[in-house]
Amino acid sequence: MTPAPSPAPSVAPAHPGLRVAVRDLRKRYHTQEVLRGVDLEIAPAEIFVLMGPSGSGKSVFLRHLIGLESPDSGEVRIEGELLADDFRDRFRMAMVFQSGGLLNSLTVAQNVGLYLSEHRLRSPAEIDAVVAEKLALVQLPDGTANKYPTELSGGMRRRVAIARALTIDPQLILFDEPTAELDPLVALAIGREIVALNRRTHATTLVVTHDRDLAFGIAHRIGFLVEGRILAVGTPDVIRAHPLPLLQQFLAADFTPQ
Amino acid sequence: MFRELGQMLVLFGATLRALPGFLRRRRSIGEQIFEIGNASLLMACMLSFFIGGVLVLQAGSVLVERGLGSQLGGLVGISLCKELAPVMMAILIAGRVGSAMAAELGSMQVYQEVDALRTLNIEPIDYLVLPRIVAITIALPALVVFSNLVGWLGGAAVASFNSDIGIPTATFFSNLREVVDTWDIAHGLIKAFVFAMAVGTVCCHQGLQTRGGPRGVGRSVTKAVTNSIVLVLLLDYVLTRLLQPFDA
Repeated sequence: MTPAPSPAPSVAPAHPGLRVAVRDLRKRYHTQEVLRGVDLEIAPAEIFVLMGPSGSGKSVFLRHLIGLESPDSGEVRIEGELLADDFRDRFRMAMVFQSGGLLNSLTVAQNVGLYLSEHRLRSPAEIDAVVAEKLALVQLPDGTANKYPTELSGGMRRRVAIARALTIDPQLILFDEPTAELDPLVALAIGREIVALNRRTHATTLVVTHDRDLAFGIAHRIGFLVEGRILAVGTPDVIRAHPLPLLQQFLAADFTPQ
Repeated sequence: MFRELGQMLVLFGATLRALPGFLRRRRSIGEQIFEIGNASLLMACMLSFFIGGVLVLQAGSVLVERGLGSQLGGLVGISLCKELAPVMMAILIAGRVGSAMAAELGSMQVYQEVDALRTLNIEPIDYLVLPRIVAITIALPALVVFSNLVGWLGGAAVASFNSDIGIPTATFFSNLREVVDTWDIAHGLIKAFVFAMAVGTVCCHQGLQTRGGPRGVGRSVTKAVTNSIVLVLLLDYVLTRLLQPFDA
């Protein structure tokens, strides 16, 4: 995996990355407490990877940051401001879903241009140009634009979803399990794409994954979430050397027969 | 149940608030109307023809025995346009179109398409629900007009060709014209309009409430259709009662 240890933007970004602060975030579904007081700060332009076993509350946490879930208690602040009803009008935020979240009734080009066309931000010709540019950025082959999502592989769908997120010109971009169900080569390419995007756009990037290679390959910092609590936060080196037995067990787990 | 009713009212209110922007969705509304017509026109035609025919078979011989055969056209005309056509078409639309709406929106919910719209700052009610409810509200009254015409034709055909009844087509339609007035047609159309909004809202609500994968989609579809039918029959009684004072 391509390492990207230092967030060092060389050119001033058009829309600088957002600072995210989460305080004592709690969420319960019926009797199950999914988030049990999460505290976290993410710096602008940082790639933060939230790692943890399946069912630890990673995706639920991510959904709180983009307003798809409301917390039972605690707060999410973007640039020091609590998430309010109009936060999507004020901050440029995007999310790449595990399934891609592409609209199956629309072509790839229509999916990628959806944000611009719905909000009438560009003329149809300009939207076509932006779509072509974004698809080229995520290295999708020619001819993909007119296909429907159901005609694409999992990796290609993920790339289309990234291209669609880029049309927002995001200051904060969230990835939910970006390499899940992908073969190692495609996962590597997606990981490289995330790093390249961060360098190009300087958007604050939060990646949720249980893929250790991805986490250590792209992260500036890593958080380890277990049963709704963040048990460790630090740079990849700090996390590798962390004394928490559960974390060491998670990192050491492999498929070697006993 | 009351919670779901409340959620449906909130959804309907939000759709009404989004209504001023419906012209922006004209293409999507057009596509939905085409889908509805494509899915239900032939079936509506068959259903209406045979309902008209059955009405004549059931009532015809009784009326003819009592020397009231000439009143058959009016009876069939009124029954169809005020009651049977709106209710039967609403049930047909709930089964054929409402179920598809619930399944489509349910799948979109399960596969995170609805969430993706929200993250793109696109309101799902405006993008997904409004075109469907507007389309069904236009299509159902149109289907009811169509159903009236085909049902009357079916009734006239059976009245004329059945040897036990033997009422000529001219007599059938002459009495129908005498008895059925514009208000009776409007009565049925008002019902159709309300039923359409109810079916559209119930099915979109069930679709957007879907949780839990393909099984959840199946559950939503079943609930959408059964709830729609129950609501149509309840509303039918309420509307009949409310519209009665305006009958001549």
